[in-house]
Amino acid sequence: MTARASTARIVSANDLLAGDVIYLARNGGWTRRLDEAALAHSDAEAGALLAAAEMQPDVAVGPYLAQVALERGGPRPLHYREVFRTGGPSNRPDLGRQAELF
Amino acid sequence: MYRYDAVDAGYVRARVAEFRAQVTRRLDGRLTEEEFKPLRLQNGLYLQLHAYMLRVAIPYGTLSAAQMRALAEVAERWDRGYGHFTTRQNIQFNWVRLADAPDILEYLAEAGMHAIQTSGNCIRNVTADPFAGAAADEIADPRPIAELIRQWSTAHPEFLFLPRKFKIAVTGAPNDRAVTKAHDIGLRMRRNAAGGTGFEVVIGGGLGRSPMIGKVVREFLPEADLLPYLEAILATYNLHGRRDNKYKARIKILVHETGLDRLKAEIEAEFARRKARFAGPEQARAAGELARIAAQFAPPVLPERPEVSAIEARARAIDPAFALWADSNTRPHRVPGHAIVTVSLKAPGEAPGDASAAQIRALADLADRYALGELRISHMQNVILPHVARDDLPALHAALGRAGLATANAGLISDIIACPGLDYCALATARSIPIAQDIARRFAAPEAARTIGQFQIKISGCINACGHHHVGHVGILGLEKGGVETYQITLGGDPGQTAAIGTRAGPGLAAEEVGPAIERLIATYLDLRSGPDEPFLDTYRRLGAAPFRAAIYAPARDAA
Repeated sequence: MTARASTARIVSANDLLAGDVIYLARNGGWTRRLDEAALAHSDAEAGALLAAAEMQPDVAVGPYLAQVALERGGPRPLHYREVFRTGGPSNRPDLGRQAELF
Repeated sequence: MYRYDAVDAGYVRARVAEFRAQVTRRLDGRLTEEEFKPLRLQNGLYLQLHAYMLRVAIPYGTLSAAQMRALAEVAERWDRGYGHFTTRQNIQFNWVRLADAPDILEYLAEAGMHAIQTSGNCIRNVTADPFAGAAADEIADPRPIAELIRQWSTAHPEFLFLPRKFKIAVTGAPNDRAVTKAHDIGLRMRRNAAGGTGFEVVIGGGLGRSPMIGKVVREFLPEADLLPYLEAILATYNLHGRRDNKYKARIKILVHETGLDRLKAEIEAEFARRKARFAGPEQARAAGELARIAAQFAPPVLPERPEVSAIEARARAIDPAFALWADSNTRPHRVPGHAIVTVSLKAPGEAPGDASAAQIRALADLADRYALGELRISHMQNVILPHVARDDLPALHAALGRAGLATANAGLISDIIACPGLDYCALATARSIPIAQDIARRFAAPEAARTIGQFQIKISGCINACGHHHVGHVGILGLEKGGVETYQITLGGDPGQTAAIGTRAGPGLAAEEVGPAIERLIATYLDLRSGPDEPFLDTYRRLGAAPFRAAIYAPARDAA
């Protein structure tokens, strides 16, 4: 229960054109920055975010809800699958979003 | 090597144009994703974790130096400078943009390549012995038959919407280097008493969540009957294969649930009907087409050379690294004085099967210089140079070394198969590549690996088993358990002519426990084998799983 209190959900998808990972943003558009992702704190909010994402099939492919931990630096993906999606291949730090820090 | 005729070239170009129009309609909104997805998959375009992935077919694993250069160009111009060779003898590009896919396919079409039927519930790229046409143990080159199957199965209207995907493997040699018993259909070339060529036909093999070794449905099928017999198998499967549950839709489940004898009776009855239809102009056309294809696979004329190369012998004497490499990475060629060279894509620390554009281009150049411009991709995710003069081996080894491709581990413990796993694949439940890298580093010393001998570790990042873990001497399957990556170990799998599915050793291990467990298992094998010549599988079959299980779980028991 404590864990749930410190988590939220975001909408993750792939960009139609480039195929890379994008997140539904707070302004209703899409962003490549996790810290700009719209956060859902309840099932109702999560349903609304997912519905909003699914209304944009010409931008985003396969939107789904992913759980994040809320930390001072911003949201952090909870499941390891989302960690790799957020950063890139763990064996190639020179590729994917993580390459910007490489 | 086969070269496209006007029909092939026209068809592939037409498919590119069709796909370009489909991409345009998706991008301008006329096609929904639901409508577009099956169309892109039919052209080999997947959407993975980080980007689109394009899977390009390398039919029966054979390609020319020019085609290899085209792959390097794709990697550089449209991807991130590398490609991944797969256990299906294909190549995957992991960072493709949707709008670029038609341009890539158009470029590949000019090189006589395509991505057709590398996905979807159809007959997939036919695979074959990577040593075909060169192996000393071969009855005949299986590639003319593989090419005939490629042409027959491409856009075959009856078999484009099967219950599930369908994979055919062909070998012309008794030593099975094509894992034929783990395919929907495995074709193993035979000669009958009269000297006629035909095939032992194996059906219902497959890995995935219900691994099964195929069963022999025909001991000897004359070559002329091949296409109608394949059609009979496919038609029977198309009719009875389950479409209500994709996990039970492969032909292996049909064979298992129906029983081989009953299914065989149906196949043979269907074959009798089909053969009657084939016997006529169609059969004659097939025979004529096979002859046309076979002419393009005529054995290369290799100059006569002494069986033992003095140049190679001298290099072995002065260069231990070359000697190690020549021992592990060359195999006998049917022509004395020549060798089949395996170029390992398993340098310790690298992702199995990955090659940079520079390496792919270097391999094309070396194929031109030393191997009559021909290359193969093996299901082991290595590159084969099929026709190399033994005199040229030292120079080839030096050139490979300059390209970072001289790893001396073909068939040894660090020559690990690994699927892309959760570092790339949307279906994966755990990573494969870091596990392979960790194990390969532990056994990186060539002398130690050679002491262990032939040893096959195969790693899959999910139950779909693209990494062939079920038939690894040691198989490793990555799963999710309680939100963390967990790895199940299987023992005693065999991909060859004595094919066997491995047995699960016990509970899953954490990622960091896998490498040490494999080290303990290997130490136990070295202790227990009857001698240096007893391969792991023989020791395992002689002693059973118990001592190896004990080795894998030793720390847990100590702690308890």
